[in-house]
Amino acid sequence: MTLKSEPYVINVGPQHPSTHGVFRLRLTMDGEKIIDAEMIIGYLHRSMEKLAEERTYTQNIPFTDRTDYLAAMTGNLAYVMAVEKMMEIDVPERADWLRTIMAELQRFASHCMAVGTFANDCGTWQTPVMHMIRDREKILDLFEMACGARLTTNYMRIGGVSRDIPPEFLPALAVLLKDLPKRVKEYEDLLLNNEIIIARSRGIAKLTPEEAIAYSLSGPMLRGSGVAWDLRKADPYAAYDKVEFDIAVGTNGDAYDRFAVRMAEMLQSLRILEQCADMITEGPIHARMSTSTVQPVGDPVAPLVIRPPEGEAYARIESPRGELGFYIVSDGGIAPYRFHIRAPSFINLTPLKKMTVGATIADAVVVLGSVDIVVGEVDR
Amino acid sequence: MTRLLAGQDIAHQIEQKYPEAVVDAQPEFAMVKADKLIDVCTFLRDGDLDFKFLNSLTAVDRLDAFEIVYHMTSISLNQMGSIKISTSEREKPVFPSVTSVWPGAHLQEREAYDLMGIVFEGHPDLRRIFLWEGFAGWPLRKDYLNMPGHMAGLERFPGEPGKKLEGRGNVDA
Repeated sequence: MTLKSEPYVINVGPQHPSTHGVFRLRLTMDGEKIIDAEMIIGYLHRSMEKLAEERTYTQNIPFTDRTDYLAAMTGNLAYVMAVEKMMEIDVPERADWLRTIMAELQRFASHCMAVGTFANDCGTWQTPVMHMIRDREKILDLFEMACGARLTTNYMRIGGVSRDIPPEFLPALAVLLKDLPKRVKEYEDLLLNNEIIIARSRGIAKLTPEEAIAYSLSGPMLRGSGVAWDLRKADPYAAYDKVEFDIAVGTNGDAYDRFAVRMAEMLQSLRILEQCADMITEGPIHARMSTSTVQPVGDPVAPLVIRPPEGEAYARIESPRGELGFYIVSDGGIAPYRFHIRAPSFINLTPLKKMTVGATIADAVVVLGSVDIVVGEVDR
Repeated sequence: MTRLLAGQDIAHQIEQKYPEAVVDAQPEFAMVKADKLIDVCTFLRDGDLDFKFLNSLTAVDRLDAFEIVYHMTSISLNQMGSIKISTSEREKPVFPSVTSVWPGAHLQEREAYDLMGIVFEGHPDLRRIFLWEGFAGWPLRKDYLNMPGHMAGLERFPGEPGKKLEGRGNVDA
């Protein structure tokens, strides 16, 4: 005899630890099985794209900290690169090195949170994430040393970076680079063959390479599906063309592979940082701009008001979550005419329904953890 | 290094297949006709250019026209390009949806509908996404809640160029 069951609705979030922020999931269930999933977002919508149209180009840099608040440095970098592309500014070499160092430190810190909270979602409750927060803390100390802020760094400037690193920065980085590979090795021993994680994430939310490309996925989501596409290699920016590293790819395209890709990228980030610490050069940290673009406040180094020529530019970088792009339209004024953020967290959520329907409610939490969203970037 | 395809190159490719489809070609983009959009996008995806990956889809309010901008990448050939479509309709701009070509456009079209009021015909689930149903107006439009005689955006320096707005904006839309 089969029992007839009615579909019912379960509401996950917006305030729930497994949603990684104010993110709401409305699941229609048939027993344990999900038959429909709908995401309801916008709780953290701060209308950044509209606000940015009323602020000068330099005043917009702090907004880019607050979109992806776990990776402020890469947010800064993508935005200033878009404006530099429009104004055709050549950034000095030392600034490129500093940008690379900061972006890779940020990637390591962000992946610490991503991997740690993913382990949380799988059920290895709090122990791995606490170890990783300890390491992330040391990276935030370095950020504090470089720019005075830990989370919302506001470090990059159009044409360079806001200030040079203090003399004690590189020794501190060297100490950290001695320590961290051992730590990552510990995490790999603890997590990669962890029975809980394998049981909970193998074979969950599988996406083929063709599907991943069609859904515009990027970052570890795309590489987890086996597509070796990393903008640091495919379209090198800053100093990435001078360093060596490998692209980590998965084979099955499931939640476990995305997690494993992030673990592998942490080691690659350390490899890049070691090369950067060796190869960084002395020199200016900011480009001189032509005075015609910096009226009426005319400091050619780190100007307050700049005026890109009429036109448009799309610049993208590989942020810890994927392709972070800025599309900026200028009408020749001092504020952007249009300021659009191509947010990887937001677009990586596109196949959420496909990944969750048919799974159980416990799997839905793992699926969401494997996407690694930051709600500040989803809602903007 | 990703090869940036000039709009003229893309336009040339499209014209070989659909001679009437291209309106304008600039270094940054190729402007195509809106009613030919699905054909052109399918051709760009499956043809020699191999634009299988849609980077970004967004709308721009030019005051005299709405533009939709598509940035596309070919992962196998490592090249990138951009196309645009445009309409002068202000009350209810309607464009065809490209979700059938690139499923990755789904959320981005919903975003453009929510904030800019662009209707995408053929979209499977076109609803507000960040704002709630019943929100008055389309906030990313330049004339949203602007007073007559004022300019959109930052209050300009004296003598700075910019278009003055007419009317009370689109709160009643």
